[in-house]
Amino acid sequence: MNEGVYGFVSIDLPPLLAGTLACVTCAILGNYLVLRRMSLMGDAISHSVLPGLVIAFMLSGSRDPLPMFVGATIAGLFTVGLVELLRRYARVEPGAAMGVVFSVMFAMGVLLLERGAGRQVDLDADCVLNGVMETMIWFPPEEAGSLARWSTWVSLPRQVWTLGVVLLVVLAAVGMLFKELRIVAFDPGLATSQGFHAGLLNTLLMVLVACATVASFEAVGSILVIAMLICPAASARMLTDRLWVQVVLSVVLAAAAGITGYLLGAYAPTLLGLPAAVSASGMITVVAGVIMLLSVLFAPSHGTVARRFRRVRMSLRVAREDLLASLYRAEESGAAARAVASRPVDAIVLRRAIARGQVRLANGVPALTDRGRDVARGIVRSHRLWESYLVERGGLAPDHVHGTAMRLEHLTDSASGARFEPPQPDSPTDPHARPIPPR
Amino acid sequence: MNASRIRPDAHPASMLAGRPEHSADSPLSVHAMTVAYQRKPVLWDVDYDAPRDALVAIVGPNGAGKSTFIRACLGLVPRVSGVVEFWGRPLREVRRRIGYVPQREAVDWDFPVSALDVVCMGRYARIGWMRPVSRADRDAGAACLDRVGLRGFEHRQISQLSGGQQQRVFLARALAQESDLYFMDEPFAGVDAATERAIVDVLRELRASGRTVICVHHDLQTVPRYFDAVMLMNMRVVASGPVGTVFTPENLQRTYGGRLTLLAEASEAVARAERG
Repeated sequence: MNEGVYGFVSIDLPPLLAGTLACVTCAILGNYLVLRRMSLMGDAISHSVLPGLVIAFMLSGSRDPLPMFVGATIAGLFTVGLVELLRRYARVEPGAAMGVVFSVMFAMGVLLLERGAGRQVDLDADCVLNGVMETMIWFPPEEAGSLARWSTWVSLPRQVWTLGVVLLVVLAAVGMLFKELRIVAFDPGLATSQGFHAGLLNTLLMVLVACATVASFEAVGSILVIAMLICPAASARMLTDRLWVQVVLSVVLAAAAGITGYLLGAYAPTLLGLPAAVSASGMITVVAGVIMLLSVLFAPSHGTVARRFRRVRMSLRVAREDLLASLYRAEESGAAARAVASRPVDAIVLRRAIARGQVRLANGVPALTDRGRDVARGIVRSHRLWESYLVERGGLAPDHVHGTAMRLEHLTDSASGARFEPPQPDSPTDPHARPIPPR
Repeated sequence: MNASRIRPDAHPASMLAGRPEHSADSPLSVHAMTVAYQRKPVLWDVDYDAPRDALVAIVGPNGAGKSTFIRACLGLVPRVSGVVEFWGRPLREVRRRIGYVPQREAVDWDFPVSALDVVCMGRYARIGWMRPVSRADRDAGAACLDRVGLRGFEHRQISQLSGGQQQRVFLARALAQESDLYFMDEPFAGVDAATERAIVDVLRELRASGRTVICVHHDLQTVPRYFDAVMLMNMRVVASGPVGTVFTPENLQRTYGGRLTLLAEASEAVARAERG
């Protein structure tokens, strides 16, 4: 192995693996938390495991991973139970219940650290927030081909192995219980009535969240855990309307955030000529946040930009139809068409109508073409049918219905695209004694 | 437990069959059921036997405990006291024969699932734990969507459906359960005329094939047209039986009008006392 590769494998690979595994594990479970509007639970668990860790350390007298893991998981589950109790009996909203539980638990952990275990244990608040990614180093045998042997990988840092095992457990549970978790998240009443006990599955989900949180936060810190429980799932939700696609997408996004975030944190500052690498977990969190921002803005159908675009297109269509209808009414009454382009947007609308061959300019005055007249007739017909309907069936006064009909005349059927028409009225004219044009 | 393995002759688990006021072949027998929320009783001492092959309306004012009655029968809210049996057996032995349609507002319609996904949820008990939804189940689900007039909507995300269509998806899901007894919580709430007709048609089909449907219902005018039996409820059962004999102005007056203020006050007092 050459020196550069060995350096990467030894210094970068373990934290890169740990970060990515943590991201993916949290992202999978995050889908269910986001859907159940319980995302803050990850925040609560990742903070309140601290007293669990400290007590486990004090009881076992060692930093063995097993007692620490058990202590933290118990603390996590204790948090879940306490939040539920508070929500039920203290009459506070779930967010407040989670907030108060985790802040008190975290503070208790800090106090315990200071009094009891502080001097001997290298747990500190900074470590809790940002994890120990930078200190994960691995020294595999240096000879070429050693990476092809299983025994080499066994010596990877323990955090990587823990995360790998937790990820496998989470994958197995979510894979096997996909439909059960889905029905419980969507309709707990039906689930329970069918024998899929909602409380039981909820507890299982929380156990998984607690395990994932504990395993991840030791390596990457609580800030990244919280971000990963929310960002990839919420980003994926913007991109799809199918749960399994959402779960797969969240894994892809989480892995992308983990890898690019780590590499950016490790190498970008050097490339920019800055003195040192920045916190990898901090950078991964920022990348995850940026991904979420991008998907909120630019998702194809749910994104803000796409929505805004559709709204603008819709209002342009409405304005164009209003223009056609007003030209039709002017023709009908024999009056000369007034100059319509007073606002800048009217000029745009007029240009679009001309481009569609619905309007032409005769000596600078707009007039309907034959094609435009057909469309306009349909709009005016719908308008007057709506007025008749609102007066005859709705019992509204004739002078009250014009504004409503102005909006309803633009309604089209979403499937066929045909203009929606109320039923034919009893009288042949509309409430203002104007004829209803034929279709 | 498989329905075919239930022996129809013996009911070792039945606690109500021996009682004269209950019958072992009634799809639902409720005896002296009291239910409380936060220690405040909302249903007192309910006795009820549902008729077979019938459409039953549960009628009563807001806060009368109608939804609570259904949820308590299904074990979704704990009972303070009382016994509930289905065909003379406890719930856990007959779960698969019982279908449930919650109120439409009970679920998040933004959830990332398609109409067909929701309908197939009705078959999960049949499919069992940890098994995937099979091709055959999806076909059965699609057929149920077809029966409620939603063919072609299989892959629509549920938030893109109108309120009436969402209610019909719920109904299709109930059909997919292939149950013998259905509880429906306000299936007609806020639906258009076409959906109301579609629901009534399906309810009548169910009755014709020997099913019993118990609906919480709000529109008193349509009770005689749509339902065979009625259960008038206001914190307790005011009256129950065939629509022709029970759905009378006097009984309605007793359900909606003359408030049982003493019972309501007793509830408050119990709640206060137990809260301490």
